Amino acid sequence: MSLSDDLYRETILDHYHNPRNHGAIEHPTAQVEGVNPLCGDELTLYLSVKDGKIEDVKLTAKGCSINTASGSMMSELLLGKSVDEANEIVDLFKRMMLDKTEEVELPEDLEDLEALRGVKKYPVRIKCALLPWNTMLEGLGNALKSPAP
Amino acid sequence: MSKLNVEKIRKDFPILSRKIDGKQLVYLDNAATSQKPKVVIDALTEYYQGYNANIHRGIHTLAEEATDAYESVRETVRAFIDAGHTHEIIFTSGTTEAINLVAHSWGNANILPGDEIVLTAMEHHSNLIPWQRLAAERSAKLVFIPITEDGQLDMAEAKKLISDKTKIVAVTQMSNVFGTITPIKELADLAHARGAVILVDGAQGVPHVKTSVRELDIDFLAFSMHKMLGPTGVGILYGKTDLLNAMPPFQSGGHMITTVTRDKATWAELPWKFEAGTRNIADVIASGKAIEYLSALGMDNVREHEIEITKYALDKLSELGDITIFGPKDATLRGGVIAFNVDAIHAHDIGQICADAAIAVRAGHHCCQPLMRDLNVMGTARASFYIYNTREEVDLLFEALKEADKVLGHVAVR
Ligand SMILES: Cc1ncc(COP(=O)(O)O)c(C=O)c1O
Repeated sequence: MSLSDDLYRETILDHYHNPRNHGAIEHPTAQVEGVNPLCGDELTLYLSVKDGKIEDVKLTAKGCSINTASGSMMSELLLGKSVDEANEIVDLFKRMMLDKTEEVELPEDLEDLEALRGVKKYPVRIKCALLPWNTMLEGLGNALKSPAP
Repeated sequence: MSKLNVEKIRKDFPILSRKIDGKQLVYLDNAATSQKPKVVIDALTEYYQGYNANIHRGIHTLAEEATDAYESVRETVRAFIDAGHTHEIIFTSGTTEAINLVAHSWGNANILPGDEIVLTAMEHHSNLIPWQRLAAERSAKLVFIPITEDGQLDMAEAKKLISDKTKIVAVTQMSNVFGTITPIKELADLAHARGAVILVDGAQGVPHVKTSVRELDIDFLAFSMHKMLGPTGVGILYGKTDLLNAMPPFQSGGHMITTVTRDKATWAELPWKFEAGTRNIADVIASGKAIEYLSALGMDNVREHEIEITKYALDKLSELGDITIFGPKDATLRGGVIAFNVDAIHAHDIGQICADAAIAVRAGHHCCQPLMRDLNVMGTARASFYIYNTREEVDLLFEALKEADKVLGHVAVR
């Protein structure tokens, strides 16, 4: 099996070819730009948060397969979650990608994210996988600060 | 067929027998840095094991041997680029330092408010940022010669843009994105007719195309040894004697002086005025071996081999319907640097799939962000060839790109 097969596993390819929640929200509670200066990847995240809950999330991304797939999976998992739950999931995912000493376990409802674990083998691309999530952290912070529309 | 015996050449490069996950390495990232033949690697060991000493300082045997070896490379370089004098050859740490030396030392002495510095739209950041800084410090203006659709300089525009306000024209000899070879003699004549000087960024050109600074009438030429079989950490600045003599030193300290009192110092003569401190002795000596290796092959033969393999690659890669190849379509107008994109696949994904097949290509903006913006791409993949590359390697690249297109191509438009 080539490393490509490993990295571009079916789940990643599925999200890459059909990214979920792609697009924009007209009146978002938060809108954040994320960039990865190393490769020029860009994405815009739109959030609609109401009563501490993510009512809608949309993404437009210009980036590699890992970045696109990671953002798509994230949007699918966080839609409908409370801001606190979302923060916890982001934190867990980041630990899974960054922790070098132990394998961080994921609960069953997040098992799609397992597909991204393979990216850990390619250190330069971990940043690609994390870009949507780091942007989300910023977005969640902003959404809480801004008054409800 | 070119006169290069590629099979024999490959045996001189130990790294080319490297395997990655059981697959034979295919090295197609020569525009970033070339591989090194054994004679170059051995020269480093011989120096450190046999005659390591500081130069121009001791009177002991080792110091004399090291000084002779170091200084003889100046003559090797002089002959290679057909300069008039050895004292016109300055050793720097690379192209980047050589250009910074000129921008700083010549620039501060010659650029006045309102003067114009003419560059091209396809310069490497190395030949852009130093001029941006100089222009900002001296209230001068940067002017850019545009490029045509197929990545050549728009010479009709160049004729208009190079004017009486122009003080220096700083251009690449070969684009590290398009591979375009620029008309240096024509640009030098345009600059000189207006009383300006020309600096040529030869980082990509000198390793691949026979270059005579006297025939081309170049005032300053900068290039890096690591892109032409030599070690990292050595660059060359060639400058015409009168220009170098009129310039103040760049860095100062030990070694670049004649007499020093507590309050002041007088500068050493050329070339040492520009070589402050202990230089990169070992790597300069090994650089001499790299140039000897290239000279023995003959730069005309090197060029002929590269035209052949570039032509083959342009034809072969075009068979992939989904590919966009940047730069001139005619291999005789360009060097062996091919930037491309496959469908809308991100360059890093292409790089990854190539890497999985043990093929080294570059992916990204190639230190040319403004040019990438002009092309309206985030980046490109880039394959670049040298004396040891074969058609079989181009075929392997083609297969990897086909695989990339199959797995990641044809995404719905976003
Ligand atoms: C056209 C061009 N100019 C300048 C440079 C900079 O060379 P160096 O990094 O060796 O100073 C490069 C190398 O990437 C180049 O391709």
